[in-house]
Amino acid sequence: MIWHFENDRPIYTQLLEQIRLRIISGEYTAGARLPSVRELASEASVNPNTMQKALSELEQSGLIYSQRTSGRFVTEDRSMIEKVKETIAEEKIKEFIHTMEELGINPVETIKLMEKTAKEMTK
Amino acid sequence: MSAIMECRDLTKSFGSLKALNQINFSIEPGRIVGLLGPNGSGKTTLIKVATGLLTPNSGSITICGLPVDTQSKLRVSYLPDKNYLNESLKVSQIFDYFNDFYSNFQIDKAYEMLSRLNIDRNSRLKTLSKGTKEKVQLILVMSRKADLYLLDEPIGGVDPAARDYILNTILSNYNEEGSILISTHLISDIEPILDDVIFIKDGTIVLTSSVDTIREENGKSVDALFREVFKC
Repeated sequence: MIWHFENDRPIYTQLLEQIRLRIISGEYTAGARLPSVRELASEASVNPNTMQKALSELEQSGLIYSQRTSGRFVTEDRSMIEKVKETIAEEKIKEFIHTMEELGINPVETIKLMEKTAKEMTK
Repeated sequence: MSAIMECRDLTKSFGSLKALNQINFSIEPGRIVGLLGPNGSGKTTLIKVATGLLTPNSGSITICGLPVDTQSKLRVSYLPDKNYLNESLKVSQIFDYFNDFYSNFQIDKAYEMLSRLNIDRNSRLKTLSKGTKEKVQLILVMSRKADLYLLDEPIGGVDPAARDYILNTILSNYNEEGSILISTHLISDIEPILDDVIFIKDGTIVLTSSVDTIREENGKSVDALFREVFKC
């Protein structure tokens, strides 16, 4: 996965979202040790302070935890990761339904269209 | 914690032109600060005053609480906007020269960066391309364990891929307790590595803020805000 930043929002919130996504997708597995702040900052080509801020917020949410001397780890609580995944999926679906409504397509029609498109995609 | 660099009512005139007019700001330890402004706004003048190459007409500037003099020069690592090195010297000779001159020059680190770039230590500076010369200069500057790095247009003359390399070199090599002041007008390239920005216009500071605050409050990037503030 490549780091990517939009122009309209703070960089640390975007870092937070992208690290969260890596945890959910399993790129950073439950219980695994995260790279250091400096390594992550260098990889994403961002300021280490900004990366630090993103990690601190993730720590507050409980998704990652730090051990004083050995670094930061992804939580071992898989149900918590699953829960975060569901919350994000819900947000994405709401966004999508809203976009479709703007196109004049109601949710019931949207579901039908989705089923049709999904079938075509898996063919 | 005391400031790494502090300017109070700093003023510098060239004849009737006020290149710097009552400048006030301070840089805290561990921050990477962008000094942003259009051409002729006073960026280079400000950096030259901080290095002691220019003397202010009034006001004061301190580096780690010290006045700008020989003591402060050890604490400041400066990348000028022009090459000042002897072009007929080999890269290794320039490294030796820096090693003699600055007690905080880490020559092993410099060679390590050089080999990562595949630059031959035996090449003479004049045989290198403009971009490679700039990289050598940056290696010299970032290999010093300084409190303040003053980088005047570090990415001006290089292609986008080399720009990424340079920004990464800056990020992975600066002294974490120190601070960096980078002047540039290539804002979008440099924005993700900055903590704070200072907008300077006609020798006056028009804005000091953190990058995150600008993005939170304006819903736009520093680059977009810059284009608005300095619209011609």
